[in-house]
Formats: sequence, C-alpha cells, structure tokens
Amino acid sequence: MQNANTTPRLHFEFCILNYDRLVPTSLTIADVERIAALAQLELTDEEKHLFTKQLADILAYAEQVQAIDTSGVPATAHVNSAQRTERDDVPRPCLSIEDAIANAPDGAPEAGLFRVPRVIGG
Amino acid sequence: MNVLEATASSVRDAIAAGQLSATEACRAALDQIASVNASLNAFNLVDADRALGRAQEIDRRRAAGEVLGPLAGVPVALKDNMNVRGMRTTASSRILEHFVPPYDATVVRRLEGGGAVIVGKTNCDEFAMGSSNENSAFGPVHNPWALDHIPGGSSGGSAAAVAARCVPLALGSDTGGSIRQPAACCGVVGLKPSYGRVSRYGLLAFASSLDQIGPFARTVADAALALSALAGVDPCDATTANEPVPDFSAALTGSVKDVRIGVPRAFVADGVDEQVRRAYEAALETLRRAGAALVDIDLPHAKYAVPVYYLVCTAEASSNLARYDGVKYGYRSNGANDSLKEMYSRTRDEGFGPEVKRRIMLGTYVLSAGYYDAFYLKALQVRTLLRRDYDQAFERADVVAMPTTPTPPFKLGEKTSDPLQMYLGDIFTVSANLAGLPGISVPCGFSNDGLPIGFQLMGRMFDETTLLRVADAYERTTEWHTRTPSL
Repeated sequence: MQNANTTPRLHFEFCILNYDRLVPTSLTIADVERIAALAQLELTDEEKHLFTKQLADILAYAEQVQAIDTSGVPATAHVNSAQRTERDDVPRPCLSIEDAIANAPDGAPEAGLFRVPRVIGG
Repeated sequence: MNVLEATASSVRDAIAAGQLSATEACRAALDQIASVNASLNAFNLVDADRALGRAQEIDRRRAAGEVLGPLAGVPVALKDNMNVRGMRTTASSRILEHFVPPYDATVVRRLEGGGAVIVGKTNCDEFAMGSSNENSAFGPVHNPWALDHIPGGSSGGSAAAVAARCVPLALGSDTGGSIRQPAACCGVVGLKPSYGRVSRYGLLAFASSLDQIGPFARTVADAALALSALAGVDPCDATTANEPVPDFSAALTGSVKDVRIGVPRAFVADGVDEQVRRAYEAALETLRRAGAALVDIDLPHAKYAVPVYYLVCTAEASSNLARYDGVKYGYRSNGANDSLKEMYSRTRDEGFGPEVKRRIMLGTYVLSAGYYDAFYLKALQVRTLLRRDYDQAFERADVVAMPTTPTPPFKLGEKTSDPLQMYLGDIFTVSANLAGLPGISVPCGFSNDGLPIGFQLMGRMFDETTLLRVADAYERTTEWHTRTPSL
C-alpha cells in the first residue's frame, strides 16, 4: 500500500523556467526505483536501466508544454464535465458474490471472500 | 452473393429477404477467419459455437416472422478489451489471460439487441496502449496488405479482420487514434464518435477522459449503421451524453455543396511523408470538385497535442491500472506469498508488458508531488487551449481535414526500440480525443509499396452527421475502399 506521506525525493539536475518551476532534465535509477515503488511495480535491473533512459527522453520532449503561457486558463480534465450526472440513490441489481469472486486467483467462495497474503508484519 | 465482400447492410438485407441465412453468413465468416488468421494473428479468441447459436436464433426468428433488428445476422468482431459475459477478455495482457467477465458491455447488449452475431475477440496492443499492435502479449497482428508491416494500433486486429473480409463490422476503442490509425493502415473506414456518444461500460479503462468505442467497416454507410446501433445515453456510464441520436444513415445524402472543409496548412506542413501528402491533397481536391469549399484554419496548439496527450493518458492509465493487483481477478504471481505488498508488485511486474509498465511509470511520475503542476495540470490547461483552437476553427469550417498518419504503415520491429518515435506518429489523431471531437479515417490511396493511406475528417462535438455525410460523399467519388488485399 502506498504511504500517502511519502513524497518522492527525486534527484535531478534542475533548470528554472520563467514561472519558477523546477523541471527535470535527467532521471537516475534511484528516481525510477522510487516511481516504481509508488506504482507497485517490482522492476528488473534491465527494466530500470531501460526506463531511466526512455522516461528521461519522453519527459524531456514533454517539457515543451511548460513554455506555453497558460495564465488564467482553466484545466480540462473532462470534456463533458458540465453534464448533470446524479441519479436517484436507489439500490439496483448487481453482481452476485459468486460472480464477483469467480475470477479471483485465490477466492474463498464459500466464505464470500478474496484471500490475500499477510498484510501486517509480512 | 459473395457474402464476404458484402457490406453489413446488404448481409442484413439478404438475410431479411431470405436470400441468405444468418447461419450461412456466420459460417462464411468463421471459415474466412480459419483460413487467414494463421497469417494475420488478428483474433485472440473465436467462439464458433456461441456465434452459430446466435445465428440460428436469428434464422428461427425470421422463420417465425418476427421483426429483425438493424444488424440481424451481421457477423461482428470485438476488440479484446470489451466484455461479453462468459467469453474471455484479455486486453492482450498476461495479467488478464484467463479473465472471464461476469457481465456484458453496453455495446455488446446494443449490438446483440440489433441482431448482430459476435464471432470473437480481436488482438490489440496490451490494454490498448500502442500504435502498431506490437505490444500484444499474444504476438503482433500482421497487415493484410503486407504481412511484414504493422496493421496499426491499438485496435489492429479489428482493422485487419475487416480488411481481410473476416467480418463486415468490428468494434475498436480509440484513446489517441486507436480506431482511425489502424483503419488508415489497413485500408478500411474507422470512426471515433464524440466523447460520450457511446457507452464505455464494459470497456476496460485505459484513459477514461479519452477512451471511446467506435466501429470499423468497409464503407462509411456501414459505419453510420453501426453508430446508430451503438449510440445513446447509458445509465451505467455517467459520461455518456444526454444528446439526441439522429438517424446517421439518413444523413448520407452524397452532397457536400454547402460544406466548408477546414485545412490546417501550417499544422500539416512539416514531417508528413510525401506519399501521404499527395494523397491528402488529392482528397481535398476531390471534395473541392464535389462542391465543398476549402478554408484555411489555424490550430496553433495542435503541435503540442502529442506531449499533452501522453501526459494526460499516462496519468489516467496509472490510476486505472492500479486495479490489477492479483486479488480480485487476473494473474497472481506464485513466488510472492509472504506479504501483500510483495505480491502486488511481483504480480504487476510479471503480468504487465513493457509499454504498459512504461506508461504506468510515466503517469505515476507526472501525478507525483512536485511534478503534478508542472506536467499534469499544465497539460490539462494546454488541453483547454487546444479545444479553443477547434472551437474557433469550427466557426469557419464544418469539418477539419488532416492526414490520419504522417507516414504509410511501417515495418514490424522498425520503431519498437524507441517509444518516443512511436508516440510522434500519433500527431494527427490525438487532438480529437483531447478535445472530445468525432473523427473518421477513410481510405484515400496507397503508397508506392502498396500499403493503404488514410484521410481523416474531424467534426464538431456530436455532429457525426456532417462528418459521415462528407466522408460518404468522398467515398462515393473514389474506389480506394473497394480494393481487397490478396492473402
């Protein structure tokens, strides 16, 4: 589980843009390891090396958006966001417990549960 | 009739008239799949028993004199990221290799409600992430026009299945071009509806603010027929639009005399292959001769669409794919039973392929503390500027025309080592998704090597009617869509 208090401390060479934000120009393996931990991915050493280069290339390319003047421009997270989407809070039919558990790699249908490895002290 | 060459509407009509049975149409599709799939790898799964059962049901209903639906007896293939109850959905990923969904996607209910016969699930890039279909855990799809070339992606299997005459209709999903680009590469029609036009319920989510389901067909008229069946508000998807659904087929008048076609000259000036440019200019000239007016438009922020798209889609993907954790469904690593956390991270490393991991990593990064404002929020603001560009363009023009892809289809393996180069090929398709607009790709020529080239039109939000009318009028004056690959 991701620890909400863990702020990724990324070691970058920094350059400062006109609006005072820090942007990376290179990534280290340590950075990639921290991102992988946040994303719950256990990468192999080969993947770590590959992603360090590829993600740095992609981010360097994506940095061009930071030069665009967006002062006063609202964000578009969703194009149909003005639409009313509430519905009446009425229970409707849903999946049965058997159906919901049928695909579990370690299900316990008789108990109606998903089984997982130890959560505490593991 | 040659049932494999027939359009969806003529298959339906022949069945309704008793000239063809749905069972015969279904068997013809299954036989064609059996004869070409070893070369194409277009299908992840074919469910012949279920398909034949459905076809027999259509024949029984016809014999009983019942009213048949608009797609009655038409064989259809689904991209393998949409759920059919009881039929495996893998998203071409190891992590879902054995997943059997317990419910139907809304598009499946609508297709089958209209009488369509689903024959199977098509290969695609893993979780729809890719532009070449080379990211499938089950091997790439091969282009029916040249087997050593990419079919496009991510819905490459659906595009190849329609091009190779396996089915007259197939569904794909389009997050950044994943219907239009493979349609262009395979020489078929591919339609991405407006965001919210078609329900995403039962589509495995990649980037929820961009994903949209749409049809592949060999004619614009068939794409319009399919859209009429698929479109509409759905209580199971709160992002579906409460917009009236017109009769899209009735809009195909063949006339473009009142239509203004926006041409973004500056945007398409650079980086476009000369063969693609010639085909694009010829398509514009064809529409001008048919009576449309060409007007110059400016899309000053379109050149940023690729970085904006990859910042937004990876952020959404990193969140959406967090659900694949080895608990509720899908693969679980065998080697990690000591702790939950170790099980999660091993499962995800073993279950996901490289491109999916790359995008989860990138998305996690751009959403992380310290980088959210500089990358993710910034991208959402530029997304607004891009939408405003299109709003202004649509004051002067009724549709906007662009090439679908900057180059003809390339060879398998040519770009797999450089993800950024692969992403740059999406330059003409991603902005429709960012702005929510409908877009269509229609065949407009062939490269010197005999590979298809696509012409893209984009329309106003929820104005698929004009979009389809212009695309259909273009198709009526050309013969590119009638060519068949020799397999």
